[in-house]
Amino acid sequence: MNFFLLSVLKAAVVAFVLLTTLAYLQWVERKVIAHIQVRMGPYRVGPHGLLQPLADVIKLITKEDLIPPHVNKFVYLMAPFLAVTMALISISVIPFGSEIHIFGTATWMQLTDLNIGLLFILAVSSMGVYGIALAGWASNNKYSLLGGLRSSAQMISYELPLSIAIASPLLLVNTLSLREIVQAQTGSILHWNILRWPAPQMVSFLVFLIAGFAETNRVPFDLPEAENELVAGFHTEYSSMKFAAFFMAEYANMVTVSCMTAILFLGGWQPLFSPAWGSNYVPTLIFAVAGLIAISHGMNPARKFDRITLPITGVVFLLVGALFLFPPVQAALIPLFWFAAKVGAILFLYIWIRGTLPRFRYDQLMRFAWKVLFPVALANLLVTGLVVALS
Amino acid sequence: MDVILFLVFAIIAVVCAVNVVVQTHPISSAISLIGVMGSLAVLYLLLGAEFLAMAQIIVYAGAVMVLFVFVIMLLNAGSEAKRGRSLAAQLLGFPLLIAFLALASYFIQRFYPGNTPVHFGAFKGGTAQIIGRALFTQYLLPFEVTSILILIAIVGAVVLARKEI
Amino acid sequence: MSGPPLNWYLILSAVLFALGVAGFLFRKSIITIFMSIELMLNAVNLSFVAFSYQLKQVNGHVFAFFVMVVAAAEAAVGLAIILTVFKNRETLNVDQVNSMKY
Repeated sequence: MNFFLLSVLKAAVVAFVLLTTLAYLQWVERKVIAHIQVRMGPYRVGPHGLLQPLADVIKLITKEDLIPPHVNKFVYLMAPFLAVTMALISISVIPFGSEIHIFGTATWMQLTDLNIGLLFILAVSSMGVYGIALAGWASNNKYSLLGGLRSSAQMISYELPLSIAIASPLLLVNTLSLREIVQAQTGSILHWNILRWPAPQMVSFLVFLIAGFAETNRVPFDLPEAENELVAGFHTEYSSMKFAAFFMAEYANMVTVSCMTAILFLGGWQPLFSPAWGSNYVPTLIFAVAGLIAISHGMNPARKFDRITLPITGVVFLLVGALFLFPPVQAALIPLFWFAAKVGAILFLYIWIRGTLPRFRYDQLMRFAWKVLFPVALANLLVTGLVVALS
Repeated sequence: MDVILFLVFAIIAVVCAVNVVVQTHPISSAISLIGVMGSLAVLYLLLGAEFLAMAQIIVYAGAVMVLFVFVIMLLNAGSEAKRGRSLAAQLLGFPLLIAFLALASYFIQRFYPGNTPVHFGAFKGGTAQIIGRALFTQYLLPFEVTSILILIAIVGAVVLARKEI
Repeated sequence: MSGPPLNWYLILSAVLFALGVAGFLFRKSIITIFMSIELMLNAVNLSFVAFSYQLKQVNGHVFAFFVMVVAAAEAAVGLAIILTVFKNRETLNVDQVNSMKY
């Protein structure tokens, strides 16, 4: 199969999966935050609220798309477009899995592998600042301007510790290509960059995670879009699809930072322990246990409606677990499972922190970036460089 | 294919550069300048300078231009007023510019005739490893001096932008 | 068909440089003048990279890298100066900043 057709196919699959993930990430967030706050979350639209993202999309599309009278039209219309484009482009270099053979050709589960892939992600996230800054300015509204300026100042301040935290594991793997970074972490969990001898990267993992929270404007760093302080900040004047575009850009940035954390520190699509010890059966085991728990809870559920939904969920999980035992798709699905598990764990961490922590005040936030995070990242880089040079 | 890519991005670069010079509002000039830098980054990729292309986007388009956009927003710079240009400047300005351009192009064509065609991927010497090696062996002194220059710039900017002058 | 000759890159660099010079000489707002300076620096970077391609060496890339770094430092200090001038003279028009005594 020639290269062009294969690339178009891969791009279509990745785009479709990504957009569905973004929609359902919102559902997951609402459910998890609801359960942290001891309530139910979306429950009525479809079984357990599963059609809620569809309802939200329909609502946002059919809302009136108004353009306020005194805005700078070109910049006003370009800003959400820029934000979404930059957020979605960065998925194109992320390796989702190892080499697979489809239709006779051997290809990697990655849209493209640049030998400067890591710099590409940094570059695209630097360009993402413009969407927010220009949106705040173009809205001709003092709250939006303040929110946009604060948000962009926060994003570029936290880009520094982010870049330095990225440089530390690079000293261990000696390459900027994302595929090779994952391949350099083959083995078991002891070979992942976070625990790798001679220089375990736990400090830079923490710094990267915190800087990633600030880059994506998530709690506890979400003052620029805080509803109760800035009248929704830089997207005050945006309605319907343009507002949906900003939301989608925020979730796509979240997914990108989670994928980068998984690739740089947690070994990408590498399994927890080597397949010689049976790690190929872990996905099946996890899904089987989840399915059995769902079915057993479906026997005497708390709500009558769950007498139907929980057993169906259990059966679906058991079928997916059985799929992982099927040899033709095993080579493709198992690395994908490990990658999805790690990314899912970090996304859950994002949502968990959103439900738990209060937000920083703006001066506390900036002081934290420049006086705490940046020196810590620098010190970690220094120590890592010293250890790598001396060993 | 290389010719098409070059032509597309060169035309985008020239159009955005003309926009930088012609637009009255500084924000439009700034956005056009970001367009110039983006298309120049693609031209660097065509010339095999991939590290430099990413550095251009990270440093120039992603940091320096953000600084420009910030300052324009903070100062609330409005559109420039169109007055006070002398007749000599209006009559001679554009033709002299074209003459300067023609002279520069003539000398370029004269001294570098029929030279190397630029294929994408023909020059593989622009990777991060090669530039890093050059920076840390042959150009170590300029590298260290540049870091001190940046320190001076940071201190200067902090001092100049304080509230009490 | 082979790729474009290197001349075209150099001509593009000359065009961008000339446009930068035009912006520097003809505009009145200090920020636009500064942006024309950045345009000139970018044009020179393109020349450096083009010659580095022809001579098959990496030195041009390193020079362009240093130009980029110095331009960033210059932008930081220059914009701080612009802020100070604006704070004192309350105008961004270079024709009105024409006396040392305020």
